[in-house]
Amino acid sequence: MKRHLISAADLTRDDAVLILDTAEELGRLADRPIKKLPTLRGRTVVNLFFEDSTRTRISFEAAAKRLSADVINFSAKGSSVSKGESLKDTALTLEAMGADAVVIRHHDSGAPHRLATSGWIGGSVVNAGDGTHEHPTQALLDAFTLRRRLGDGPGTDLAGRRVTIVGDILHSRVARSNVHLLSTLGAEVTLVAPPTLVPVRTESWPCEVSYDLDAQLAKSDAVMMLRVQRERMNAAYFPTEREYARRYGLSGERMARMPEHAVVMHPGPMNRGMEISAEVADSPRCTAVEQVTNGVSIRMAVLYLLLSGADSGPQPAEPTPASTQTNAPTTTRTEESK
Amino acid sequence: MSQNKILIRGTKVLGGDAADVLVDGETISAVGTGLEAAGATVIDADGLVLLPGLVDLHTHLREPGREDSETVLTGTRAAAAGGFTAVHAMANTFPVADTAGVVEQVWRLGKEAGYCDVQPVGAVTVGLDGKQLAELGAMHESAAGVTVFSDDGKCVHDAVIMRRALEYVKTFDGVVAQHAQEPRLTEGAQMNEGEVSAELGLGGWPAVAEESIIARDVLLAAHVGSRVHICHLSTAGSVEIVRWAKSKGWNVTAEVTPHHLLLTDEMVRSYNPVYKVNPPLRTAEDVTALREALADGTIDCVATDHAPHPHEDKDCEWGAAAMGMVGLETALSVVQQTMVDTGMLTWEQVADRMSHAPARIGRLTGQGRPVSPGEPANLTLVDPAYRGAVDPAHFASRSRNTPYEGRDLPGRVTHTFLRGRATVIDGKLT
Repeated sequence: MKRHLISAADLTRDDAVLILDTAEELGRLADRPIKKLPTLRGRTVVNLFFEDSTRTRISFEAAAKRLSADVINFSAKGSSVSKGESLKDTALTLEAMGADAVVIRHHDSGAPHRLATSGWIGGSVVNAGDGTHEHPTQALLDAFTLRRRLGDGPGTDLAGRRVTIVGDILHSRVARSNVHLLSTLGAEVTLVAPPTLVPVRTESWPCEVSYDLDAQLAKSDAVMMLRVQRERMNAAYFPTEREYARRYGLSGERMARMPEHAVVMHPGPMNRGMEISAEVADSPRCTAVEQVTNGVSIRMAVLYLLLSGADSGPQPAEPTPASTQTNAPTTTRTEESK
Repeated sequence: MSQNKILIRGTKVLGGDAADVLVDGETISAVGTGLEAAGATVIDADGLVLLPGLVDLHTHLREPGREDSETVLTGTRAAAAGGFTAVHAMANTFPVADTAGVVEQVWRLGKEAGYCDVQPVGAVTVGLDGKQLAELGAMHESAAGVTVFSDDGKCVHDAVIMRRALEYVKTFDGVVAQHAQEPRLTEGAQMNEGEVSAELGLGGWPAVAEESIIARDVLLAAHVGSRVHICHLSTAGSVEIVRWAKSKGWNVTAEVTPHHLLLTDEMVRSYNPVYKVNPPLRTAEDVTALREALADGTIDCVATDHAPHPHEDKDCEWGAAAMGMVGLETALSVVQQTMVDTGMLTWEQVADRMSHAPARIGRLTGQGRPVSPGEPANLTLVDPAYRGAVDPAHFASRSRNTPYEGRDLPGRVTHTFLRGRATVIDGKLT
């Protein structure tokens, strides 16, 4: 693994599988009475959040604490200094305090990349969501959840699995990271949205784009619903909430047309009645709550692998059988597109 | 005061055969071979190309108001270092150059600095607000003699205001230089809308936002029989529209910046704000179309859009960074690399695109003139064989926001003369 985790596109198939396998191992901690490992004792992890995000922040916080790291939460939101000055000056401050890793959430796409390449800090940078760019740990926890739910064990990837991602692709960092990661892991990804909510040029993306949700349901192993902000309709991305829900919302009726084994995913927070009906959200096929649990394991794995300098998990994972390795062309394309 | 005589010996005039050029006082007195002049300062210009002093239609000198990024003095020193003898100072200062008072101030500061002619551009609308016409006539009649009007940085997006401005400037042969950017289509825009913006998750600035305004404005100019100039044209589609308008015989001119001739939106993958500029860097296809259009004359001239910004406005994340690049001191090198060394333009044509044409559009007399006896001695000597990496530490500009740091560029301005007075000698400002 590289020193930073900025984009899901930075991960090779083997990197990604290693993270998932490590998360499996670390996730077992949650079943123990004392949920703590001494691995990162004496290391400092800073949660640098320029944007409100309670769930992602506490997920990273829990992950770092379970590995015995010292955690500093730095909420820069509402700072009166200009945005640029505050990122650089904040970074220099954190560097002076000896941060070993900075977990950054920022409203500007590319801010974590800038932080990692500007020379302002020396520690590892973990992207916890930047603007409308990427959210790699979310994609990792989604892949982790998928692998578990679809019954694939450690060492395996998602070869041949069909994942349909539905919603505001244009503004979604979750979608971008998932397109990269899931295709690297061998899955076939289809994005579904009204044309207004898809970027104008996605030809090079390793996925399909469709405007028709109903056409995708029967062949999906998983349907991932993205949060759609109601305010988008004021900018004419869609006419009304009602029309959006009718055409792109996942109702019980639509869920019934998915294969029996297929799951419904949602990164949260959910807009019940908008992109997902209450019936679907509360059904056992919906993995939303499980995704939150898995998020802690994934973030532990990421921090562990970035900070401990280890090449493998705490209890080395089984070597991956060559036969399960896929070299789908989309993987290569993702690598090239970096 | 005795007349200052300079003999430029063995220079390739406009890239042609070696000749001698004699400057006597403020004018060129002779062009020929084997010229002798007792008492003249002799410049050995073997291998150097002689061009008429370059003219920039689009420079941000930032004074008054943002003297932390540039002043008229530092900006005109940068201009001279880049081979320019005249620059058009854009109106988006603080206060805005929308009155006779402000344009006269800028004009006077240019005179005092003495490094190149500073021709102020007047704002089209009060405060660049797009609502009420500024006193265009008063600015024209002022000592600054403004003929070019622009709200650059902002588009004159209201069709009626644009129409009236085009009509109004006819009385004094003025021109409206349009920053073509449909505001609604570019809300939150951070870079060219396309494959790269889709991947990077940065707000897209679609080509159609430029092209739709250009299409409207060439039609308006034709309708009212006026003259429109398109600032920093950046897309292949814009080229097609201007080509079509010219084929109709309409009075439209256009400029392209050096950076749009060289750089593409692929650079933005670094998220390095030195590549953040408005209009944004486009695709390789656009770059090709722009080069071809400059070569065939569809695009009349090169203009730098020199846009200095203080270090802190670029030393930050992309979204927070200011838009713009400095360009005066690298413009000729970029044009050499993209147009001359590729065989698309001769040096004679470079003289047209970087001196004659912009002077003609700006109605500057005494600039952009032929290299002939009796003409004002506004001259630039270039060493086209020079190769070197760009080092912003050596810039005369107060700002360093160049996208070319460390990049090898060809060509170097060795001498610049403003009406016979050297402003640059052996690559150094006087």
